Amino acid sequence: MKRSSWTDYQKEIADNDYYYARSCIRQNFFPGSEKVFLSILGKDLGRNIYDDPLHTSCTGIGYHSDVVPLETIMTVVARQFALMNEAGYENFTSSCITSFGIYTELLATWEEFPEMLDKTRENLYKATGREFKIPKNLAHTSDVIFHHREEIAQKAKRKLVNAYTGEPLRVVEHIGCHYAKIFPKKGVGGSEFPYVLAGMVESWGGEIVDYPERRHCCGFGFRNYLVQANRGYSIANSHKKLESMAPQKPDFIVCNCPGCSMFLDKWQYTIAEMEGTTYGQNGQGIPVLTYEEMAGLILGYDPWADLGMQMHQVDVEPLLDKLGIEYDPAAKYLGRNGKYIGKPEAALINGCSEDRLYKINR
Amino acid sequence: MVNFGFSISRPRAIDIDRNNLRKSNEIIGEMPELQACIGCGSCTASCTAGNLTEFNFRKVHTLVRRGEYQGAYEEMNKCMLCGKCRLVCPRGINTRGIVMLIKRKLGDF
Amino acid sequence: MKHVIVIGGGVAGMQCASELLKEGVKVTLLEKEQNTGGKLRNWYKLFPTYTPAEEVLSALRHKLTGAKNLTIKTGSEATAITPKKVTLSSGEELDCDAAVIATGFTLFDARIKEEYGYGIYDNVITSADLEQMFTRGEVRLKNGGKPKRIAILHCVGSRDEKVCQRHCSKVCCVTGVKQAIELKHLFPEATVFNFYMDIRMFGPGYEEMYREAQTQYNVHFVRGRISEVSPTFDDKLQIKAEDTLTGRPLKMGVDMLVLLVGMKANDLNSDLVEKSFLKQQPSGFMQPRNSFLGNVESNVGGIFYAGAVTAPKNVGESLNEGTAAARAAIEWLARK
Repeated sequence: MKRSSWTDYQKEIADNDYYYARSCIRQNFFPGSEKVFLSILGKDLGRNIYDDPLHTSCTGIGYHSDVVPLETIMTVVARQFALMNEAGYENFTSSCITSFGIYTELLATWEEFPEMLDKTRENLYKATGREFKIPKNLAHTSDVIFHHREEIAQKAKRKLVNAYTGEPLRVVEHIGCHYAKIFPKKGVGGSEFPYVLAGMVESWGGEIVDYPERRHCCGFGFRNYLVQANRGYSIANSHKKLESMAPQKPDFIVCNCPGCSMFLDKWQYTIAEMEGTTYGQNGQGIPVLTYEEMAGLILGYDPWADLGMQMHQVDVEPLLDKLGIEYDPAAKYLGRNGKYIGKPEAALINGCSEDRLYKINR
Repeated sequence: MVNFGFSISRPRAIDIDRNNLRKSNEIIGEMPELQACIGCGSCTASCTAGNLTEFNFRKVHTLVRRGEYQGAYEEMNKCMLCGKCRLVCPRGINTRGIVMLIKRKLGDF
Repeated sequence: MKHVIVIGGGVAGMQCASELLKEGVKVTLLEKEQNTGGKLRNWYKLFPTYTPAEEVLSALRHKLTGAKNLTIKTGSEATAITPKKVTLSSGEELDCDAAVIATGFTLFDARIKEEYGYGIYDNVITSADLEQMFTRGEVRLKNGGKPKRIAILHCVGSRDEKVCQRHCSKVCCVTGVKQAIELKHLFPEATVFNFYMDIRMFGPGYEEMYREAQTQYNVHFVRGRISEVSPTFDDKLQIKAEDTLTGRPLKMGVDMLVLLVGMKANDLNSDLVEKSFLKQQPSGFMQPRNSFLGNVESNVGGIFYAGAVTAPKNVGESLNEGTAAARAAIEWLARK
């Protein structure tokens, strides 16, 4: 896909010495992603990154669901920065798009309204006795991977190429709304033609496909999803995207937001169960990867033991086969230390026939 | 199918590619003056029926032109054919004629 | 013999030069391009009469041909302007008794409105591109095919705070109507949709032309601004807008999208403020001395304005201002 403007939106991304802030939900849905990010940075790239057990949620989910007030989230964010200062770091990198959006938003707010910064300093000091400095550099973890994409390409064991045909894999990228729609200049490539994931895919041999609903939100929307009665229009957004991308026959979707990767993956199951529709090849779903998983796969990490891809709703085996990755199918059901973690019921989204389906309230 | 306690909301967008524009083209073909509407709302403002019901002549004929026929016939039935709209239309559109034309064309929708 | 330098060889500058020459004034006409004619050189036909732009230009050029007190310097850009002296980018300095600034406007760069994908998607073109396609007789899609459905989007780079262009560019609405009709002449089977925020038909014959487009040519007018453009699987462009008159979102695939690009003030204008002590409006266009009684005069005695350098204008208005600026300059020279 042609892009004319991404070079106009260049952001500064620190080269080394990162303070790492984890996401709340990724550790449940894509637990291998954060682990492998630390490993790629530390072992493969030899960078220094600090995974601090003391930091907390940024409270973004509560903030976007109208239960956490602005003053509170400002103080929580200030505490994260204070912890970073105490650990001796200046470059903050967050694993979550919404956190990244919040950090960006609050830094901008403090710059615009210095009295709010003073108030936050006061609140933090009163509550915890801590003080903090504004980070020198703020980046999302996808920015960090993007920054090192050529180095990763050099160390890669394979490319994003179909092992059967030799053709580049067709990839749909999905950028979370909070990455660049709030502050387009804080995202690589801006908000209309973001380049953060596309740059990785292109450097690693794949091909990005554009489609009509590329910019559309996955439908998470926090409070819109959290209330069950509202989920109909939350899922309708993912439905719209999947309908729109399906004719392009993508080999996989890559996301840079915890919520998007979860919804684009799990809503495929729900849509299949509700309507019997699947969007991928051979009647199955379209695998959804995080960018860390995508990087991990080309660097030769094990899909089950290292990347935890057994947690995906849509089976990734067809994609692993296309990439020419050798894996032990049975090891999928082994957790840490080789313990059997159980096998999920067959589901329509993974190409099982109706009669093999489990029965719940039909 | 599994009951999840919610269903997938249907898109509200007018999708010109999916809509069948045959009837719409016929209507515009018979009375091209309808295309001259500039959306001023004089017809709806002066409408006898529209002041008492949800009937909005301007909106219904615009939807019909976009190929959205659902309910248009029933809506047009609310018109009392008093002719006030025709008196006020600054583009001189034969609005009563349009009401009758839409009813004739979309009677089977 | 008095000497007036006219900066800018577009319609306003050429008209001004010819009027000055009639009054026995020596004129130097500066044009930064290699040819005179300005923006009109790239235009096909003029609304609302479909007069070929070339007809207007050749008449203007004819008036200047052979004039013995005229020097036309093409490829010459003015870098500093005073009532007594104009400096060129080559370093050359020209003495004068008055100067007329007729430097016009800059076309808005449609790439800045990233969401429309100009420069990215092949069949997204600007109104200026379309005029050149008309001139070449080559209105077609990138793959050589005929467009079946065309969308024309008004106000690209006009009335838009997001791109720092708050002003209305005035002529795009009528250009959109004109181009819709011209496209219908070329492709009678095609469906043409104009997406507008307001339709501003300010000139004589314009409103009539609008009505003609609606009822004679069946051009569809949708009140709503296109929000984004993206490619479809079958090589079309999907556009999204709100059909505000029905209160519902609307989408469709089109083969071609024409962006009616607005008029932006020249970057050079801020230089004029700094070096020549002239005044600029918030829109970036130059500020005339008085909007009613001195609209071709600047705040500096001996420097005059003609045409779109002070605001978006159509060809007729620019020509009139060329005449008016010449008149004002002559009065100024007589008073000195």
